Amino acid sequence: MAPAERRLEGIRSMKHKVATTVNGRRHEHEVEPRLLLVHHLRDNLGLTGTHIGCDTSQCGACTILVDGKAVKSCTMFAVQAEGKSLTTIEGMAKDGELHPIQQAFWDEHGLQCGYCTPGFIMAAAYLLAQNPNPTEDEIRKGLEGNLCRCTGYVNIVKAVQTAAKTMSTAPARKTTVAAGGN
Amino acid sequence: MAVSQLVGAKIHRREDPRLITGHGHYIDDFTRQGAAYVAFVRSPHAHARIKSIDITDASKAPGVAGVYTARDFKGQLAGTHPAAPAFVAEKKYIPERFPIAEKEVCYQGEIVAAVLADTKGQAADGANLIQVDYEELPAVMDLEKALKDGGPKVHDGAADNVSWDLTFTGPDVTDAAFKEADVVVKQRILQNRLAPVPMEPRGVLAEYETYDKKLTIWMSSQSPHFIRLFVSGAMGLKESQVRVISPDVGGGFGSKISPYPEDYLVPALSRLAERPVKWIETRTESIQNATHGRGQYYDVEVAAKTDGTLLGLRVTQFLDVGAYCGTFSAFQACACLMAGGAYKWKGISARTIGILTNRVPTDPYRGAGRPEATHLVERMVDLVAGELKMDPVEIRRKNFIQPQDFPFTQNFGLVVDSGDYEKALDVAVKLAGYDDLRKKQADLRKQGKYLGIGLSTWIELCGFGPSAATAPATGGIALVESAQVRVTPTGSVIVYTGTHSHGQGHETTFSQLAADQLGVPYESIELRHGDTSEGTAFGYGTYGSRSLAVGGVAISKAVGKVIDKGKKLAAHMLEAAEEDVVYEHGSFHVKGSPDKAKAFGEVAFASYGMSLPEGMEQGLEAVAYFDPPNLVWPFGTHIAVVEVDAETGSAKLEKYIAVDDCGNIINPMIVDGQIHGGIAQAIGQALYEEVVYDEDTGQLKTGTMIDYMVPSAGEIPPMSLDHTVTPSPTNDLGVKGIGEAGTIAASAAVINAICDALSPLGIKHVDMPATPDRLWHMMKGTSK
Repeated sequence: MAPAERRLEGIRSMKHKVATTVNGRRHEHEVEPRLLLVHHLRDNLGLTGTHIGCDTSQCGACTILVDGKAVKSCTMFAVQAEGKSLTTIEGMAKDGELHPIQQAFWDEHGLQCGYCTPGFIMAAAYLLAQNPNPTEDEIRKGLEGNLCRCTGYVNIVKAVQTAAKTMSTAPARKTTVAAGGN
Repeated sequence: MAVSQLVGAKIHRREDPRLITGHGHYIDDFTRQGAAYVAFVRSPHAHARIKSIDITDASKAPGVAGVYTARDFKGQLAGTHPAAPAFVAEKKYIPERFPIAEKEVCYQGEIVAAVLADTKGQAADGANLIQVDYEELPAVMDLEKALKDGGPKVHDGAADNVSWDLTFTGPDVTDAAFKEADVVVKQRILQNRLAPVPMEPRGVLAEYETYDKKLTIWMSSQSPHFIRLFVSGAMGLKESQVRVISPDVGGGFGSKISPYPEDYLVPALSRLAERPVKWIETRTESIQNATHGRGQYYDVEVAAKTDGTLLGLRVTQFLDVGAYCGTFSAFQACACLMAGGAYKWKGISARTIGILTNRVPTDPYRGAGRPEATHLVERMVDLVAGELKMDPVEIRRKNFIQPQDFPFTQNFGLVVDSGDYEKALDVAVKLAGYDDLRKKQADLRKQGKYLGIGLSTWIELCGFGPSAATAPATGGIALVESAQVRVTPTGSVIVYTGTHSHGQGHETTFSQLAADQLGVPYESIELRHGDTSEGTAFGYGTYGSRSLAVGGVAISKAVGKVIDKGKKLAAHMLEAAEEDVVYEHGSFHVKGSPDKAKAFGEVAFASYGMSLPEGMEQGLEAVAYFDPPNLVWPFGTHIAVVEVDAETGSAKLEKYIAVDDCGNIINPMIVDGQIHGGIAQAIGQALYEEVVYDEDTGQLKTGTMIDYMVPSAGEIPPMSLDHTVTPSPTNDLGVKGIGEAGTIAASAAVINAICDALSPLGIKHVDMPATPDRLWHMMKGTSK
């Protein structure tokens, strides 16, 4: 093995502590510095609802909330999540009750194969926190960072509209989503 | 069919609760204790000779459990990649293909080595340490050049780079039509090469149990039984020793039908290494290696009269096969058989040529051959209309096959089972406000704006079988479908289908169907699929819009058998003659005496008891296979309204109308969802998507989602949908397929709209994808 390779191997094997709060539960792990947050969630925490669809941050299937903001979890290293509060799709339903966005995706047939769906739901949660009454155009623009190959987006847009309506009349839920800012 | 309460209703999908909460089970969510991960080393060249492979460093890398090259698999895997002989009888060259290259690589991405390690990262690190010495060979990229004598060859065995060359009908068939013609229109039409891009890439997890000699494969597949057939054969195992489980699958679109090299290599590695082995495809691996769709061009000529009567059609399909023949690649030649579309022709001449190149193989992609057929005939009809200054609606009306003509035997002898094309056209024209659109177009033209209206009056053949048509095309196995219905002692029902759902919602639709026919609560039905160890001996998978029209009918037949046995038993219990017992609303009763009745649950329980009629065996279950007598023939009219920006050449869809006819509808919500998604995929082809290779080196230039543009919600327009219902006479349910309709219809509507928009500039034809760049150059007269 070349010296450069050996140095690299040394860096790789150096583990770092990362403490996060995920869906309200605190976790501590030792991880390689190169580990992506999405792999940490899936492989170390067993939260496989966050999916991987592209490796280049185009598809948005891995979208989660980091301190309330929608983030593609393949764009962060696990170590960058130190001290942060994360919400994944598994944290959206509470006490057996679906989040209004989940309910709306179900009601409006906003999913087919379901692979992109967790990412869309998380992106929609952030979108609606920022803009509780978006126009159709604002929904389409707001979800441009997520790709779906099954639905043609028609029913995803409808689901977000329905969720917006429900959420504007229902009492606020506990899921922490950042409002304002960007 | 029994009383319909569920069939035809918008029933919420029962698959959704797990999928919207993150509790689906996709292939990457599975693992096995002690599993190793594999990373494949792939050719960076389109065409090269392998001089040597140095595995020294990789073998010593941390966590690496083994490095394998072609020779390690020689005793493990036998045979070549299966390729259905399909329609190709006259000439055929199918290159030998082993799942891992030994001496020569023929496309960028072909596997040359495999590295097994304890973690994904270690496997990838190990793969980076492998040194392969290649001698580059000239790459065959251009279809026309490939056909010329003396040029480079993809394989030594294919002297002319031709995999097939089949003339369905010669030019003589259309001679009379062309002699009679007042006008002849010619056009070359490109079909851009597309990557299917299901949001979930492929993946395989295999566990070979050394001492039991049993193999379990978990994988993302549209056709688990076919994978069992192919992989067991290659590994020298009996089908009964192999179990294939295809769990929740994140989209397929045709790219998960055929077997892939990894489907053989991962199980073989598990047997070699004596531990479970897992591989998950990266997106770049997917765009590089998953089979592509389309990749064709057509030379087309149409003969017509001045009054718009279509006379003759001549089509030659030049199809880029890629480096090896895809399992169902030749199916795409059905574009020739469907080239006549919804119209009557005196004659059609058709020839297909499959050409080998140094690209990844093509295979069916949503629609497979039928989108190409629609695109070419709908484009040509518009070109004729343009030539004759006719309205595109009128020329279509004039040439449609008429309702009274069905069943209609078309030019290639296929029998179109039903249709009412003008009805769908009328509904679409009204929904679009066609006359007003034309007025708006005229007004905008005065302002220098380019608005276009495009039609696609599409038809489709789908629902494969029948056995007589498909068994010869697959090499023996007829594409029928199987179902099993098992009733438990307490009256709950498990339905097994040989089809596979990867977004289509079979768990819901098929449960609606079975619950209605049985007259039992929807919740009593459990629908299972995707596991070769459950249900019937063989299932045929999901593709070609066949699941309901073939698989759904098989379920209905199996349910019918259960009811028949139930009647016999109920008659015995009620001390009545069997012919006097009727089954309604979940209850067996004596004709005319609704009080003298036994509920379905009571009969189910009794079937496991001791007081059975003479000769009757215990249990209440049935298997059925359905071999459809014909294909089914959906149709419809799509209308696209597009504005092309005069400054930038950007085409924006203003409106999209789709009126489709898929016969009787089980769940309208799911049907509309299928149409939406299909349209979006065709819009992707029409405006955005294209797999691009460097024409000299064969390097893939669109290997990530940064470069390969899958449209987002910002690109896809809102859609207005409606339906006409013309039940299919081919099956008892009166159903047709709908999975591919949107994709078959939409590219023609979009491109026809663009051509219509740009007609004041003298532009008659635009190839796909109609990117702003391409349109801008055409509008400026600088061509592209």
